Amino acid sequence: MKFGIQINEGPYQHQAADSAYQFAKAALANGHEIFRVFFYHDGVNNATRLAVPPQDDRNVGQLWSDLAKEHNLDLVVCIAAAQRRGLLDEDEAKRQGKDANNIAEGFRISGLGQLIEAGIESDRLVVFGA
Amino acid sequence: MATKKFMYLNRKAPYGTVYALESLEVVLIGAAFEQDVSLAFIGDGVYQLVKGQKTDGIGMKNFSPTFAALGDYEVNKIYVEKESLEERGLTLEDLQHLVWEDEDDDYAEKDSIRLVNRSELADVLDDQDIVLSF
Amino acid sequence: MSTLHTVNKSPFETNVLEICISLAKSGSTVLLYEDGVYAATEGTRAAVAIKNANGISFCVLGPDLQARGIEGKLANDIKVVDYDGFVDLVAGHDTIQAWL
Repeated sequence: MKFGIQINEGPYQHQAADSAYQFAKAALANGHEIFRVFFYHDGVNNATRLAVPPQDDRNVGQLWSDLAKEHNLDLVVCIAAAQRRGLLDEDEAKRQGKDANNIAEGFRISGLGQLIEAGIESDRLVVFGA
Repeated sequence: MATKKFMYLNRKAPYGTVYALESLEVVLIGAAFEQDVSLAFIGDGVYQLVKGQKTDGIGMKNFSPTFAALGDYEVNKIYVEKESLEERGLTLEDLQHLVWEDEDDDYAEKDSIRLVNRSELADVLDDQDIVLSF
Repeated sequence: MSTLHTVNKSPFETNVLEICISLAKSGSTVLLYEDGVYAATEGTRAAVAIKNANGISFCVLGPDLQARGIEGKLANDIKVVDYDGFVDLVAGHDTIQAWL
């Protein structure tokens, strides 16, 4: 079955991104497909590659990057939410005249239409938030 | 693309957190996809529709006028839970009057807000394909 | 149509479980996870509300119970599932409604 996942909260403050990750891992292990993971609201903060959590803690963003690499997942960060919160990829940083970008490997920035499309194309949409 | 029933479930008050504003942004974008769209306001979500919001004093954007534009996007099924209003000492009179123009009825102006009780809302929610929660 | 409701808030913090139960149709399932698992513990008002909710099945996510040290306090009649079970619940219901 095809699942879409929406994540509404950033890492560490809430369990949402952790729960979504465990869910995604289990779904893939059980032979399901993940059409897309959409990061919205503060969920976009999962996509920074500049986070440096303590070594004895999990690195939530890295976990997603690794899972995406292993399973060729489509991790989409909402552009409107990302711009508000200072999450930029290389192209967007250039376009906005910013001196840096911070999107981790495996994530891409795109519009809200990608969330609606995930709802249309997936058999189930599961929302994780606070 | 197939048409699905999309429900935007709004349960949070405006301004204190960003959910209400960013939910509305999804609704506006989603309107372009020609799906069967409904919005529901329950719990503190009903506070989003209260008329007379003035945000000058808090330095935040007043996004409540956007609700009035939803009719132009053919988003005209806006369910408000009666019990949630009553618990908060509100009536329909306290909410914005949201309308849409029915092309098939000589552009007659019709109400977008449908006041429903909890069991009616349960039926509406049960009938959806996709529930987007904010 | 069958709906899976997910609740992730402590019943002592918000009344969302109560609202979820009052809006859930007979035949639907409620999954308690994250801080929502506290509702599944014996001796709480929430556990009584769960027992009285006819026609609705309740599940609780085991890893979240264990993480919080309350596995031994689980009320009867509430089925414990792991993440594989969470996935099966999602696949087995038509619509997923998250009570955030």
